[in-house]
Amino acid sequence: MSTAKSKIKGSVGSEHAHESAHLHVSGEARYVDDIREPRGTLYVAIGCSEKAHARIKTMDLTAVLAAPGVVDVLTASDVPGTNNHGPVVADDPLFADALVEYQGQSIFAVIARSVGAARRAARMAKIDYEELEPILSIEDALENESYVIPTINLDRGDSSAALAISAHRLQGQLSMGGQDHFYLEGQVALALPKEDGDMLIYSSTQHPTEGQHLVAHALNKQSKDIVVECRRMGGGFGGKETQPALLACIAAVAAQKTGHPVKCRLDRDEDMIITGKRHGFLVDYDVGFNETGLIEGIDFMLASNCGRSADLSGPVNDRAVFHSDNCYFLENIHITSHRCKTHTVSNTAFRGFGGPQGMMAIEYVIDEIARHLKKDPLDIRKVNFYGIDERNVTPYQMTVEDNIIHRLVDELETKSEYQKRRAEIASYNKTSPILKRGLALTPVKFGISFTATFFNQAGALINVYRDGSVILNHGGTEMGQGLYTKVAQVVAEEFQLDIGQIKCSATDTSKVPNTSATAASSGSDLNGMAAKVAAKTIKDRLVNFVSGEYGVPVESVIFQNGEVHIGSDKKMSFAELTERAYMARISLSSSGYYRTPKIKYDPASLSGRPFFYFSYGAAVSEVVIDTLTGEHKVLRVDILHDVGASLNPAIDMGQVEGGFIQGMGWLTSEELVWNESGRLTTHAPSTYKIPVCSDLPQDFNVELVDWSENREETVYRSKAVGEPPFMLGISVFHAIKDAVESCGDYKSSSRINAPATAEEVLNAISRVNEAVKSGA
Amino acid sequence: MSSLNIIRFYLNGQLHEVANVESTTTLLNYLRETLLQTGSKEGCAEGDCGACTVVIAEQQDGRLRFRSINSCIQFLPTLDGKALYTVEGLRNKDGSLHPAQQAMVDCHASQCGFCTPGFVMSLFALYKSENRPDRQLIDDALAGNLCRCTGYRPIIDAAGQMYEYGKEQTAEQQTVINSPGSVKALEKELVEQLEMIKPAKDKKLGRHFYAPLSLDSLTSCYAEHPEATLLAGGTDVGLWVTKQYRDLPEIIYLGQIEELKRINIAEGFIQIGASVSLTDAFECLLEHYPDLDEIARRFASPPIRNAGTLCGNVANGSPIGDSMPALLCLGTIVRLRSAAGSRDVPMHKFYLGYQQKDLQQAEFVEAVLIPLPEEQHVFRSYKISKRFDQDISAVCAAFNLVLKDGVVDEISIAYGGMAAIPQRALQCEKSLLGQNFELAIVEKSMQVLSEDFTPLTDMRASADYRIKVAANLLLRFYHEVNGAAKNTTHVLRYVG
Repeated sequence: MSTAKSKIKGSVGSEHAHESAHLHVSGEARYVDDIREPRGTLYVAIGCSEKAHARIKTMDLTAVLAAPGVVDVLTASDVPGTNNHGPVVADDPLFADALVEYQGQSIFAVIARSVGAARRAARMAKIDYEELEPILSIEDALENESYVIPTINLDRGDSSAALAISAHRLQGQLSMGGQDHFYLEGQVALALPKEDGDMLIYSSTQHPTEGQHLVAHALNKQSKDIVVECRRMGGGFGGKETQPALLACIAAVAAQKTGHPVKCRLDRDEDMIITGKRHGFLVDYDVGFNETGLIEGIDFMLASNCGRSADLSGPVNDRAVFHSDNCYFLENIHITSHRCKTHTVSNTAFRGFGGPQGMMAIEYVIDEIARHLKKDPLDIRKVNFYGIDERNVTPYQMTVEDNIIHRLVDELETKSEYQKRRAEIASYNKTSPILKRGLALTPVKFGISFTATFFNQAGALINVYRDGSVILNHGGTEMGQGLYTKVAQVVAEEFQLDIGQIKCSATDTSKVPNTSATAASSGSDLNGMAAKVAAKTIKDRLVNFVSGEYGVPVESVIFQNGEVHIGSDKKMSFAELTERAYMARISLSSSGYYRTPKIKYDPASLSGRPFFYFSYGAAVSEVVIDTLTGEHKVLRVDILHDVGASLNPAIDMGQVEGGFIQGMGWLTSEELVWNESGRLTTHAPSTYKIPVCSDLPQDFNVELVDWSENREETVYRSKAVGEPPFMLGISVFHAIKDAVESCGDYKSSSRINAPATAEEVLNAISRVNEAVKSGA
Repeated sequence: MSSLNIIRFYLNGQLHEVANVESTTTLLNYLRETLLQTGSKEGCAEGDCGACTVVIAEQQDGRLRFRSINSCIQFLPTLDGKALYTVEGLRNKDGSLHPAQQAMVDCHASQCGFCTPGFVMSLFALYKSENRPDRQLIDDALAGNLCRCTGYRPIIDAAGQMYEYGKEQTAEQQTVINSPGSVKALEKELVEQLEMIKPAKDKKLGRHFYAPLSLDSLTSCYAEHPEATLLAGGTDVGLWVTKQYRDLPEIIYLGQIEELKRINIAEGFIQIGASVSLTDAFECLLEHYPDLDEIARRFASPPIRNAGTLCGNVANGSPIGDSMPALLCLGTIVRLRSAAGSRDVPMHKFYLGYQQKDLQQAEFVEAVLIPLPEEQHVFRSYKISKRFDQDISAVCAAFNLVLKDGVVDEISIAYGGMAAIPQRALQCEKSLLGQNFELAIVEKSMQVLSEDFTPLTDMRASADYRIKVAANLLLRFYHEVNGAAKNTTHVLRYVG
């Protein structure tokens, strides 16, 4: 398929605008809370636990019920079916009954005639708690062996033996904070009771099918009785994979009980307190290496803060394990992965899904090796890169067949003038007493596919109408990433129609069933292929029809630029053809189905081929820090990122840039703080600081690799792009680390942890200064 | 219903009249829930994310000004007499997109789209106030808008590119909205409209929302309703409602009083009235104290500075308010007024303790008086926060120094974030006064700060960090006084 020749608008590979861009900018794009509410709509507010860990002795909701505007209240006993919204393990009650395990856990709900009335009333509950000792940190959880699911271990080679004989050995610890998704649109669901006990739910969700299942279970109904619809989300980032089900279920239970439409929308503070976040991690490492920095053996202990329940912590931590190698061949490795239970909010999916934490672990170790050997960290990175034909098997026994990191990093090193700037920075730092600059290049290799193999399937539905216009539906959801646009481009390309002829319709569990979450960067790979198959089916029918009608071979029926060429001398418009096909009783509707080939993975032995392929990228960041205050500023960033043959370079560029900035935020200004009683104190944008405009470096050079094609047969040889660029932000952290360690002439480690807030940077500088003083 | 109970404003060019509203109905909720205009979004309901940004046009000093505000914390009655623009009102007459909108589309500057209406409105305000802004101006103009998807690069591009589209317009297509900057001829109609709805008498809007027109009627209104909440910009009071769900039985609004909107320079003082926005106050202060620029830029965000007032910041007296360290340090006087008359209190005596001020019943801050700069003084003000823009200080510091022959002749040092109130560092000042301004003395004085302050640990910073960085900011000041270039002492000033 030649894509470059298409003259249609919105062809594959074109920089077509987001399908909703004109609606976004005019305020006409409708999100769940913008849907015109049906008459009689009621509003629900969630009553939350005030304690991190306690037994509920008594709960008195008299004042709540008596409050102005209140219609009813819901508690655990009002749930007709299963009191659960846990997606994997049924350990997440909709309403806590007897025991609460985090401050913010849902205990009851208030149904009222206005949002304000519901929220005011929710504060009037009188709950008597018997407080229990909470576990609030990873360290506490490890000490108490408090886990949400069992620990796993991965071994390849013999790390103990390798560590024992290595010329150099380093041990240390790294702590990484979590991250709030801070999607701009908070969690929201609107449930509409339909006839015969059916329920329609408008949910801001990445996973309508899971919502459908959990609502069905909560209402004690079947999937056929529940429809979940999502036209778009105001951002997801993983935070709307499992989390929306709580709201969808509560709204549905309330709607069923009252017979009214019910909306449940969280205020920003509630959203940040009640819903899960990125897992914070604690990493212990023990690494042995030779004079060149080649890692000979490594032990990792990865412990994550899963919060109170399992949620997606199993696969998140698996992915952390699978990315602790990043781009490096680790011949002898042992990983222990603890999934710690604490009495804080249950953590969940977030762009990268454990991958960023795994990568941070190995990148940190590489940096420490460089300090120890007094070499440039980039040299240590290169020494350890996976080989092409050898040294190319991951610790989980998958052969890396598509390694392009050598060429990619070499190109970036040249483009960014890394070596020249390295020298400039060294001389600047010698003469600048207060400000210090730092530089780092970090690579990314990210595995694409759900590690839960069965999720790697997708469906699509295409309806072609008599006038030649097309409605496209698929199981993927639109959260801003441009999935609808990309899939529409695929269909436009297949039919050779202007993209304006194709309408993207809301994701709807009654149109395409049994969908997977739009997650794991897989949206375009899976749904693009499913839509392509559906379009191909219809197109084949049309081709056969034309071939029969005109007595020409099927090969001579060509769809091109909005027209259908029949043999060498006839042609008609697509619309003319669809009208004729209809009159000839040809079906113009088809579903399409796709499942990812080649992948096979055994969760018991943690081995196999969990990923169809890898996406690659690298970033060079330069920062300047203030040694008096710990403040930093990112001065320049150069990125080279691999998206295969891009379906839409403008959209992919948006993912790369946005992912990078989000990753940078995670490791710098975004700090989650809990107080000593387990209360989150950073629960609004006034206290939780995501990057703003001025945080974008003045000098920001981002390029997509223009020579990469996916060697696997993905949709038009493109690659997934949602998550991988997030981890480019790791370069900022290491540039800060570099600047901090320049204070000790790069001779000692700063032991800096993430996020590198001004306070953490200043503390790290103090550690370096102390090390210098003590001659370490 | 008397016309004195009707809120009148222009909404996207159409006269809009409302009566019988709850005094604390926010503009955002009114737009979304009553008018079903859902283009403006709620992202945080505290004026921190900008998804709800709208633009207000007002006459000021004979100039028409278009300024962004956060509709989520603006009470509807404050709209009386103004012209409001929302994202729904920007399209051209022929239905085509406004330059700010088209540039956003063409630059691929929206992803999820939820923050986009707010960005469009901030860009619109920029479009109407600056021509060809540089990166710094764009960053400043957009500091109140959060985007979680794009990483901002395409939005910054759109801010530059939007000016290209106006060039293609014919004279007939030009409107006051779609023309960049100020075009007097196009503004005529809007100016007339604003004149027409200008309140002529004290109004009572909503249940108990008093909007007096003069200082005298404010004074007597407050004497009659001493329990009333005084409202100026509403950037704090708004949150009492949206976050704390507090009932405010009575509100007296200061925003319609011309006398309080004035800035006067006389008798050695810059007098800034209670209704002067932070934007206007800083604009004037910067002429006299250019070194306030960093605080001025980094104080909250443009929509907050456009609505909020300097006197409100002072009267609120938060220990982490950003204006007070500088104002304390400059010897500011707080002018108070009540039915009994007016009195002046030096600012450092105004703050008595946490949330306690030297304010009698029915007494209010009428103005702050900032002394004009003395010759020979060196003034600096610094802010430390997790994020440079639109963040609340962990520590804010201000220094004002007069040196004579290398000896400290006058010194005042004040901090925010270090105590229950914004406070002078008197012991530290004492240890410097009369001494040579040299490193050894400064280092000794840095240690003295722990006698002045016992700061708290909270989500913004630990007590240890606060005390350490407070001392180091004195060191930064020392280096700058001794000629160190700012680009060697401060990452924000660093130029590669």
